[in-house]
Amino acid sequence: MIITLIDIALLTFMGATAIAILRLRSLFAVVMLSGIYSLLAASMFVALDAVDVAFTEAAVGAGISTVLMITVLSLTGERERAPGHSPILPMIVVTLTGAALIYATFDMPAFGDANAPVNLHVAPRYLNDSMAEVGLPNVVTSVLASYRGYDTLGEVTVIFTAAVAVMMLLGGRKGDDAGFKNEPEENSVADGDDPADDPADDPADDPSGKNGKGTA
Amino acid sequence: MRHHRVLRVVSKLLIPFIMLFALYVQFHGDFGPGGGFQAGVIMASAFILYGLIFGLENARKVAPPSVVTKLVAAGVLIYAGTGYAGLLKGANFLDYNVLGATPVGGQHLGILIIEFGVGTTVAAAMVTIFFLFAGRER
Repeated sequence: MIITLIDIALLTFMGATAIAILRLRSLFAVVMLSGIYSLLAASMFVALDAVDVAFTEAAVGAGISTVLMITVLSLTGERERAPGHSPILPMIVVTLTGAALIYATFDMPAFGDANAPVNLHVAPRYLNDSMAEVGLPNVVTSVLASYRGYDTLGEVTVIFTAAVAVMMLLGGRKGDDAGFKNEPEENSVADGDDPADDPADDPADDPSGKNGKGTA
Repeated sequence: MRHHRVLRVVSKLLIPFIMLFALYVQFHGDFGPGGGFQAGVIMASAFILYGLIFGLENARKVAPPSVVTKLVAAGVLIYAGTGYAGLLKGANFLDYNVLGATPVGGQHLGILIIEFGVGTTVAAAMVTIFFLFAGRER
């Protein structure tokens, strides 16, 4: 009963956050709200007893991606331009897709149904035998790292590939530190323009003031 | 952000605990929620927080990009290398049973090593992506 109330409250918050994200034009507020949305999703996963997923959602969705979005915002403007087209066609597409997805859920087994196909295939072996075969109290780790270690290797390779792709796109010239360095002339110009660069600040700090331009 | 004294002091206090928590999540993932992915992200967030508060140049001194980029690959190599270790010992790829004296001991060792590889790659990848995006500001 309490879980149902929590679910309803979380879903309401998520819906309200999503609508607010849609309507806002200030990208900074949108980034903050999407972090809040991720945190609500993480709470939802906790309510569903999926603490490992919740942990990942909170760390990646609410944490790192929010910070990366803010970093990107410091490169772009803070306002989103109003769309040049009418929202009616996208609205129809989204409504139809959502209706189809909700219609598909009618065929899904009930949540936690012990006779659902997913709970009859390999899950019983994981739950019954993993303590003897792998010996870890956290079955999620047993599944991810041992039973499905091959999949996790693929996931790590995806992360690796993503980092390599970003390096290739933004890294610039050949060499280890290429692209990681600010252009020096841009920095000196920026420093000269920064009236807040007071010398009374911590003298042990970088005297060139290269770092005064915080990313957020 | 270097003028926000409160932020500087608080983040200086928090960063060691963030890193400690990352290590806890990394090595306690076998017993509770967590694992390499979450630990890597938390560890990266400590470096990113440092970079945001104390400036990118100082963060690059703490985590030199030449080292961090190599760590991205090192994690994958640790993971795949564990798989090949099983192969060399006469079992299947990524079969940890043969890595230890007992099958369960081998599983524990193998999972510990591959989770460490996952954490290394995730943390290094996140720090790399942050460095590259933040380094483009003008």
